[in-house]
Amino acid sequence: MLSTPAAQAQDAASRTSRPAPRPESPFGSGLPLRRRLRAAWAWIRENLFSTWYNGILTVFTLGLLYLALKHGLRWVLLEARWAVIPANIQPLMVGTYPRAQLWRVWAVLATLALLSGLSAGAFGARLKRAAAWGAGIAAAFLLLPLSAVSRAMVLACAGLYGAGLLGARGRRALRPWLVGAWFLSFPWTLFLLWGVQGSQLLPRVETSWWGGLLLTLILAVVGICCSLPIGILLALGRRSSLPAISWCCTAFIEVVRGTPLVAVVFMAHLLVPLFLPDFRIDKVVRAMIGFTVFTSAYMAENVRGGLQSVPKGQYEAALALGMNSPLMMVLVILPQALRAVVPSIIGQFISLFKDTSLVAIIGLLDLLGVARSVIANPQWLGLQAEVFLFAGLIYWVLSYTLSRSSRRIEKALGVAGRR
Amino acid sequence: MTQAADPIIICEDVHKWFGDFHVLRGISVEIRRGEKVVICGPSGSGKSTFIRTLNRLEEHQKGRIVVDGIELTSDLQDIEAIRREIGMVFQQFNLFPHLTVLQNITLGPIWVRKMKKSEAEELAMSLLERVGIPEQAHKYPAQLSGGQQQRVAIARALAMQPKIMLFDEPTSALDPEMIKEVLDVMRELAHSGMTMLVVTHEMGFAREVADRILFFDQGQIVEEAPPAEFFDAPKQERTKLFLSQILHH
Ligand SMILES: Nc1ncnc2c1ncn2[C@@H]1O[C@H](COP(=O)(O)OP(=O)(O)O)[C@@H](O)[C@H]1O
Ligand SMILES: [Mg+2]
Repeated sequence: MLSTPAAQAQDAASRTSRPAPRPESPFGSGLPLRRRLRAAWAWIRENLFSTWYNGILTVFTLGLLYLALKHGLRWVLLEARWAVIPANIQPLMVGTYPRAQLWRVWAVLATLALLSGLSAGAFGARLKRAAAWGAGIAAAFLLLPLSAVSRAMVLACAGLYGAGLLGARGRRALRPWLVGAWFLSFPWTLFLLWGVQGSQLLPRVETSWWGGLLLTLILAVVGICCSLPIGILLALGRRSSLPAISWCCTAFIEVVRGTPLVAVVFMAHLLVPLFLPDFRIDKVVRAMIGFTVFTSAYMAENVRGGLQSVPKGQYEAALALGMNSPLMMVLVILPQALRAVVPSIIGQFISLFKDTSLVAIIGLLDLLGVARSVIANPQWLGLQAEVFLFAGLIYWVLSYTLSRSSRRIEKALGVAGRR
Repeated sequence: MTQAADPIIICEDVHKWFGDFHVLRGISVEIRRGEKVVICGPSGSGKSTFIRTLNRLEEHQKGRIVVDGIELTSDLQDIEAIRREIGMVFQQFNLFPHLTVLQNITLGPIWVRKMKKSEAEELAMSLLERVGIPEQAHKYPAQLSGGQQQRVAIARALAMQPKIMLFDEPTSALDPEMIKEVLDVMRELAHSGMTMLVVTHEMGFAREVADRILFFDQGQIVEEAPPAEFFDAPKQERTKLFLSQILHH
């Protein structure tokens, strides 16, 4: 067995405190057919028809489900005109990013796939599970109505992921390098997408060309990555013993938390050019600033909760070793505080991911914005349902994947196990 | 004995208040280099508070404390310098749960003493050897028993190569069968010549190891004597009462 000591300890704990066995489920057990049917009948009686009002509820729900499924499925399979999606898949994914430069988006995806594979390998994910994740994500991409070239690209990314996974398996020494690489992947991505003024190979693609899911993801990732360090500083500032600092941080946090996101984004849009008139800061960057400002206030509160969860004895032990307070924070307190708030940070990321659709008010076309402009096109008149269902599905798949991976990250960091 | 007579800790009329509550009411004591001092007394008498003022986890408000020639004031540099020379072992161990045993021990030497990582790890392993658990080096604290955790905590404090070790009821949070393994480590440390201040109710340990016993009550040192005298011929009524309670319960 290739499990970490922490996992072993957890195994041991779950072995000793196993919950009472649940009544046997009739599904998937290896019993002969007749006994299985009888078990199924017993299960139905016990769970669906235990009392008369439960029975009525069951029948009622089944009726509703039937109606919804009947009409829903008929619509999805027969009536809906899905042609609108493949015809607009490129704007939905990347907005007006130039076709000739699309390889840069693929290069970003390839980088991320390779890094994910290497990380899954080096950080000791179970092979089967990691492979299933990779395959699942690749399959989700392949379900999209993409061109043959794009499909080949997806497969290439999947290949990189797999190669990384196998290549890095058991190489713990790679871990610090990977953490560094993840940090660098962020500026690298922006560099690739944005390019260099006047370059042949990587011509500048102004952010006004960015759009669709690409813009949605970039806004969310930039928002989270920038707001985490700012949030940490704000949380530490709020606890500072210098009243001026603590007062300023508290005021910032409370003002922002008392303002709706739309207003913050809109104000960033209007005010940043007033404060910095000498720079022409483009719309996307202004939106990023707005989201970062908003999210960092919430992040600060998350981190503050994490800091409060670290026992006083930890501070004392660190001080007793002669550490000064920055060292104590960085080495002892923050690692514990941040581990404790990984779930809420990921929750924050998911809600930011969905909230980025608000950039519509400053005229940016993110996934939802593109969807809106597609249905405004006379050619696709009356196809709101198809387009919005598709956009909704993408939001859901990504949010759900994130929240599932949050649990894995929590486990990997030992949020529960090590205390 | 001239060198041994030179005091490493000097307290002169130390007072401390928590709000209105007068916790330390004029503590004056000198501790010589290499001396082992056991502090005992009823709960709430200010024992923890007193030894925590010595490395300034608590601030005293009146009087003077001088440790190894440096007076404790609000000067942060001085405080950090003094803390490097004083190891502390807590009742609740206070190991860092996110780090392995080895990392717990090397953290101070690497970041505070600026020791090379390889050197620090070598030192840590030799200390783990000394406290008897080298095989646990790569586990996390939560995977160890209480006694093992406390021995790691002792190793962590020793890794800073301190001149003085403070123990605040190091065995009070332990199951009875683990107390001995921790006391054995402390005994060995005492024989190696370390200056030690130990708050404890382990009277057997006190009698065997201590050069001197300080009896605290209501924020004052009520009685101060070598163990034989302290246990067999206490002078103060309060000491007698305390000893009768602690020895016959
Ligand atoms: N941080 C604090 N704030 C207020 N009162 C405290 C604090 N720490 C300790 N005390 C009080 O000071 C007294 C002495 O505490 P302590 O030094 O821990 O006693 P001991 O270690 O002898 O049991 C107790 O009455 C305790 O309630
Ligand atoms: Mg105490």
